[in-house]
Amino acid sequence: MEQLALFFALLFLTVLGFILGKGRAVALSGHSDQPLHSRLPYYGLYTALWCGLPSLIIMAGWMIFEPQIAEMLVASQLRDSNASITPDQLSLYINDVVNLASGGILSREPDAALLSAADNYSLFRQISYFAMAVVAIAFSLLALFTSLKKINPALRARNQVEKVVSIIMMISSLIAILTTVGIVFSLIFETLRFFDKVPFFDFLFGTHWSPQTALRSDQVGGSGSFGAIPLFAGTMLITFICMVVAIPVGLLSAIYMSEYAGKKFRAFAKPVLEVLAGIPTVVYGFFAALTVAPFFRESGTLLGLSVSSESALAAGMVMGIMIIPFISSLSDDVMNSVPQSLRDASYAMGATKSETITKVIIPAALPGIVGAVLLAMSRAIGETMIVVMAAGLAANLTANPLEAVTTVTVQIVTLLVGDQEFDSAKTLAAFALGLLLFVVTLVMNVVALRVVRKYREKYD
Amino acid sequence: MSYAMDMQNYTTQSETATSEPKIMARDVNVFYGPSQALKSIQLDIGANEVTSLIGPSGCGKSTFLRCLNRMNDVIENCTVEGRISLDGVDLYNSGLDPVLLRARVGMVFQKPNPFPKSIFDNIAYGPRLHGTVSNKDELDERVEKSLRRAGLWDEVKDRLDKPGTGLSGGQQQRLCIARAIAINPEVILMDEPCSALDPIATAKIEELIDELRERFTIVIVTHSMQQAARVSQKTAFFHLGELVEVGETDRLFTSPQDDRTQGYITGRFG
Repeated sequence: MEQLALFFALLFLTVLGFILGKGRAVALSGHSDQPLHSRLPYYGLYTALWCGLPSLIIMAGWMIFEPQIAEMLVASQLRDSNASITPDQLSLYINDVVNLASGGILSREPDAALLSAADNYSLFRQISYFAMAVVAIAFSLLALFTSLKKINPALRARNQVEKVVSIIMMISSLIAILTTVGIVFSLIFETLRFFDKVPFFDFLFGTHWSPQTALRSDQVGGSGSFGAIPLFAGTMLITFICMVVAIPVGLLSAIYMSEYAGKKFRAFAKPVLEVLAGIPTVVYGFFAALTVAPFFRESGTLLGLSVSSESALAAGMVMGIMIIPFISSLSDDVMNSVPQSLRDASYAMGATKSETITKVIIPAALPGIVGAVLLAMSRAIGETMIVVMAAGLAANLTANPLEAVTTVTVQIVTLLVGDQEFDSAKTLAAFALGLLLFVVTLVMNVVALRVVRKYREKYD
Repeated sequence: MSYAMDMQNYTTQSETATSEPKIMARDVNVFYGPSQALKSIQLDIGANEVTSLIGPSGCGKSTFLRCLNRMNDVIENCTVEGRISLDGVDLYNSGLDPVLLRARVGMVFQKPNPFPKSIFDNIAYGPRLHGTVSNKDELDERVEKSLRRAGLWDEVKDRLDKPGTGLSGGQQQRLCIARAIAINPEVILMDEPCSALDPIATAKIEELIDELRERFTIVIVTHSMQQAARVSQKTAFFHLGELVEVGETDRLFTSPQDDRTQGYITGRFG
């Protein structure tokens, strides 16, 4: 709450800085015979940035480091009074102090020492908060006055403002990159812990997946076997079925919409098709589990085939339907962006419409089409909900689409649902699977990008 | 005196069909939706000569050109009335397949538009499409011949597998001409083929047009009156959808009969 008040105070100063800075520039432009270097709003922004940014950075830094400093203070006090305390006890005690100070639940009855420590702690926090507020506002005011003073016709306000803005943009893009890197590293570390317990090659080439391990030594349970092959086989089987459905349907509908359909039909059909992409995957999931899978099972019995009620076929087909708009909409866009001049050239050579499409438009649009297919494919590989509901959990190593299979993502879900302990191979297996899945999709994307780059037909 | 003689030529050519023009257009009206782009055009195009169509922008000369290989079919709500015939066969009303027509009437566009394929595949596109070559050797031969005729062979013979889009603008346009002649058309239509090119590339193309005249009937739309004067034997002047005047190029530029032609070629408008 208090931080929020401070934040609004800084915001107010920033707005004030903008108004005053611009006002000063207006006054200067009226009196000075020298023309201003930048346009008026830039002087306002210049002042505003000086008022707001450094104080915000101070505030952010303070809020990150201050609790740690406070805890360190409590800890040093404690060590002074009780030299024999172990690190575990210490951290528990500090936890209690913090909880008592903020009115949370304690792990013990509060005694006098704890109460006084908590008082010290909250006092320190309060002092530090006021110190932060004073420093931030003082800095902001100082910046306001100095930057107002600096405003003169020769000040290159626009260049400075643009520099700051470009730095902000750079930081924004870094956030995305750093997040990816962070996720990958957290996956890697947990995976390394997993491979301490389960040999690497058993995981990569094992054909049996049964992750149930005994949690306690006296428990009866599976010894656990972590062969990832059945999971990847299941993923590939479902992805394959999905692409078999989605690629032809998606491509043909894209060709129809971009080359044959009238403008009116296209304007109507394209958004409707894109609605397909907006349906939540859970809905597809129960559509697959409750409608499609029973239908397949019953038609199977009619034909004398035994179809499992949770089958790879049902999950793959429904997933294929879900993926259609990705392929059709993106391919439609790239085919539409093939220049009319190329179509004209082909028609003028006496080519028919279908010859033009197969020999000129599709080759020219191929990189985009492959991109669309790839995007759809990584969607299919990563898709979880439909498979959980419609394909089952049994880790069968089979190529028969009528049987139940399971996928990598489904197993990650089941491994992490419920109570977990983070030093069992079962839980850590989820991270290993995640990393492997990540590597597989990455390799696939890289290979496909290279293929596309090699065979692309450039047009301008 | 020469004026009267030309006058006589002009009337005989447009009124008698005995001299067997390659293309005859009679009462051609073209509409884009409700607006009329061409008004009752009468024009004969002689075999093995270059006919240039000139006139200010929007006068309908490109529209007329695109009627000759039915490229207007591609444009929505474009309707063509009247009679255009190639060697006496009606293009629009005799059930002629536009695809077959375009194999006989090639076209070169304003902006060079090579396919994003290799130079070889660009030229081979037409022959492969129409199955006019039976084996790889014949195809190689056809590609070489077309490139030689377009004066491009020496420049590209070592890089036939490189993309056609990597050539310079002038080379690309000659590649498009080579592509058009690879299917052995009878007529080549050119829609301002030099407007995107520099003077040297333009000179090369004009030279090429003059050579191609021996084998092909050429109709060229151009904005440049100098170009029309340099390359064509006959010139037709279009204005606001009407064919104002047509005649021998020399005659039309030296002694135009119509005030509008006079105005255009002396630069009073356009």
